[in-house]
Amino acid sequence: MRRLFWITLTLITAGYLLFWFLLIAATAAYSTPEAWLQTVMKPEIRHATGLSLLTCTVAAGFALLLAIPVGYLMARHDFRGKTWIDAALDIPIVLPPMVIGICLLIFFQTSLGQMIEKVIPFTYTVAGVVLAQFVVAAAFAIRTMRGTFDHLSPRPEQVALTLGATDFQALWHVALPAAKRGMLAAFCISWARSLGEFGPILVFAGATRMKTEVLPTTVWLELSVGNLESAVAVSLGMIVIAVLVLVAVRASGERV
Amino acid sequence: MITLDSISWTAPGATFALRDVSLSIPANTYAVLMGSTGCGKTTLLELICGLRKPRSGRILLDSQDVTALEPRQRGIGYVPQDLALFPAKRVREQILFPLKMRGMKDGAKIVQELVEELGIAHLLDRLPDNLSGGEKQRVALARALAAQPRVLLLDEPLSALDETTHGTAMELLRTLQARHSLTVLHVTHSPSEAAALGQMRLRLMDGCVGTHS
Repeated sequence: MRRLFWITLTLITAGYLLFWFLLIAATAAYSTPEAWLQTVMKPEIRHATGLSLLTCTVAAGFALLLAIPVGYLMARHDFRGKTWIDAALDIPIVLPPMVIGICLLIFFQTSLGQMIEKVIPFTYTVAGVVLAQFVVAAAFAIRTMRGTFDHLSPRPEQVALTLGATDFQALWHVALPAAKRGMLAAFCISWARSLGEFGPILVFAGATRMKTEVLPTTVWLELSVGNLESAVAVSLGMIVIAVLVLVAVRASGERV
Repeated sequence: MITLDSISWTAPGATFALRDVSLSIPANTYAVLMGSTGCGKTTLLELICGLRKPRSGRILLDSQDVTALEPRQRGIGYVPQDLALFPAKRVREQILFPLKMRGMKDGAKIVQELVEELGIAHLLDRLPDNLSGGEKQRVALARALAAQPRVLLLDEPLSALDETTHGTAMELLRTLQARHSLTVLHVTHSPSEAAALGQMRLRLMDGCVGTHS
């Protein structure tokens, strides 16, 4: 009886994974290596690929820089209203992506937004692509870093305080070296999330070829002109990148 | 000298409390604190360290009121029950840590003296994961002593050791206390440990400290 139970669960898992494998296999079989090569050599695709890699890296870097202090605060400090702050930090995860794009667009029409635009123009620029990616990626990075700090005992940091360290030194010298796997995982997760971001970028930064076009925009642009071959080729590239990120996260030992 | 003057502390949600705890441990004394599980022994150590703030009362170390001081300003060496070695630092870095934080220049010399005294010179390049229970305990002690504290607080430091290592570790603690002229407050569950080490024996019961006969 027990054996039947575990076999049933295994079959459900295997069925789900098979479904995903079939989806990817069908996508891969649709395109030929020649067509794929031809697509990736197109100047606009190469530009979109380069811009995607650059903006994802910058957005993930900023997301990590934000996630470390916020994650540490949420994991280590109790304060009134913490539950509400915790819920608020997850807002970008639950908001529909298009809504985030519209919020960004409207914010930069306000007087404060206009002042910021005078220093760094965001709307329909590469900086806007990074900001749109960052807004969502940061929420995932914060969640990962909070989980990392939650799993680390606060005791070594407390001992560091008795040994002459300030709170900042305890974070810098004790908590961060212990959290480096979590930091790598947070970076990879936010990088992957940024790579797949589409809605906010389309609304806030636009889809201008050779300017603000990133890989998900390319898929959409190619589909909209009926060029399914190119859309599939770009999608395959993104699948490969996503798998590589997943491997990197798993290799870091951090379960997210 | 450690003096607690009417210290009170209440856990969040008022599930547990220390009430008007007063005690005085003379300088260079090895005091042992006993009490049942969950009675607040660790909390008391954390209050002395400054890791928790008392609701009322004063904490004095060598007659200096340290109640409002940060943990780093109190001159305390603290060895918690789990030893809390820094996971990503080698033994050398662990012991150098307090010297680096205090900007002391002759750090290497002090580390060398301590590792020789504690017999851990061969462990300097190891990470905590590659140390045995007894080795970890010695490293934690060396790290606490490197800060050159006036008071050493030990929270069940021998609980994870086997019987053979236990005897050697007790001897080591006694020697270190005498050699470094330390005032020690050692929390333990073991009556034999308390009898062997304690020049002064205290018991925490129902949130109050009494002298144990």
